[in-house]
Amino acid sequence: MALRTPLPPTGPDTGPGPGDRAPRPGKDDRLGRTGRPRGLARLRRLPLTVSWAPGEAQERRPPRALVAALAITGLSLMTLDHLGGDSSPVEPARTVVGEVVGPLESVAAAAVRPVAAVPAWFQTQASLRDDLAAAEAANAELESRLATEPLDRARLAEYDGLLTAAAAQQVDLVPARVVAYGAAQTFTRTVTIDAGTSSGVQPDMTVIAPAGLVGRVVGVTRTTATVLLVVDVDSTVGARVGSSNEVGFLSGGGSLDEPSRLDLDLVDTTVVPAEGDVVATWGSGNAGPYVAGVPIGTVAELFSTPRDTTKRAVIEPFVDFSRLDTVGVVVPPDTESDRALIGPDGIRR
Amino acid sequence: MNAARTAVTALAVLLAVVLQAALLPELSWRGVVPNLVLLVVVAGALTRGPNVGVILGFCAGLALDLAPPADHLAGRWALALMVVGYVAGSVRRDERPTLPVVLVTAAVASFVGSSVFALLGVVMQDPATSVGDVLAAVGVGLVSDLVVAPLVLLPLLVLLTRFEPQRRFA
Repeated sequence: MALRTPLPPTGPDTGPGPGDRAPRPGKDDRLGRTGRPRGLARLRRLPLTVSWAPGEAQERRPPRALVAALAITGLSLMTLDHLGGDSSPVEPARTVVGEVVGPLESVAAAAVRPVAAVPAWFQTQASLRDDLAAAEAANAELESRLATEPLDRARLAEYDGLLTAAAAQQVDLVPARVVAYGAAQTFTRTVTIDAGTSSGVQPDMTVIAPAGLVGRVVGVTRTTATVLLVVDVDSTVGARVGSSNEVGFLSGGGSLDEPSRLDLDLVDTTVVPAEGDVVATWGSGNAGPYVAGVPIGTVAELFSTPRDTTKRAVIEPFVDFSRLDTVGVVVPPDTESDRALIGPDGIRR
Repeated sequence: MNAARTAVTALAVLLAVVLQAALLPELSWRGVVPNLVLLVVVAGALTRGPNVGVILGFCAGLALDLAPPADHLAGRWALALMVVGYVAGSVRRDERPTLPVVLVTAAVASFVGSSVFALLGVVMQDPATSVGDVLAAVGVGLVSDLVVAPLVLLPLLVLLTRFEPQRRFA
């Protein structure tokens, strides 16, 4: 094809010459339309014939003079710009063009910016979700920490109280927390604490709270223990009234609610305790369930019935049995325990 | 007709210069943007022939040389697009150009234009670039030009041929 003779000049409306069409059968233009060979061939021998916009002067090959002039202009521009440096004669032209195109570019960029931000917005959806999830998790954790902060404060205060109690009573305590209250339907006042034999807790040990006596251990498993509270109707505690050293027996009223009352029956009927006297445990030595000297409560009311041979006093306990949390189990000093013991001189392991 | 044609072409060049600087960097890959001005020159040359192609290429290249972000030697794009206009205008136009012809023309024009521009830069040490960078830029530019060529060239060709007094479409 490259060897084909140049086409005859075509008229304004004749289209390609017949010779041009000859090799192609009928309407099968596809080869010719896409045909690189034809295009390349044409490229090789410019100028080209034109049929779809024929007959115009500029369809012809550009005059060498024009090409040369433009090329020389361009080269001169480059040379001038190169030699001129910062003070090149092109700079004013640059400035002028910049004055025109610069604002247009600003406008275009301003128009484009919101649209261009859209894909980034979509792209960051996933990471935004991740951020949100992380932030929500952190928020939940902080909220729970904030919510439990009063509890933690209270527990800290209780531990402090236990420490004080241990120092005051000169006993060793296994700290424990009340994890369950016995139901009122059982008519016993018991709680479960989270310390058992593995912590050194054994039956018949005294359980105290920072404020005073709580009860004694009646049942024990490896990790928990059941504590009979002193307010239980079956609970009887040997007690001593502080001012007179008179002894008596405390029995529970069976109610946890305020005011939970204990009844004190004094052995000596002639002694009249004063209201406000502090009542403490009398103590059974090593054998008994209650260690000596643990405060229980104060005398609130006094009753004397002619029928009975004893006087009866109502004791208001120091401990709020409806809000028991941290308690301590009094253990012998040499107890093996899986948790830190609170001793008279501080916490020891 | 002639004035309107010239005005439309000039407007297309101006639009291409602005968009190339303002819009396309958002879509760039490794900083290489499709050369819209080159595509406008190709469109003009395809419709009007090498004579107009050369002049259009020179003027459009000069605009690209002087428009704000440009800091290279003025005249580099002018010479490069002049060559592009000549090459694109020399494609046989006795028929309406088909899509493959247009695409091949755009690819050749992109390669030639970018190469001439880069070569002029290498020759003039403006700025001193390595051959590897030049080849990478030319290659990526070729691909990006080919990607946008159907979107830009075909509407432009339709628009410009509308001003041809005796166009004849199959």
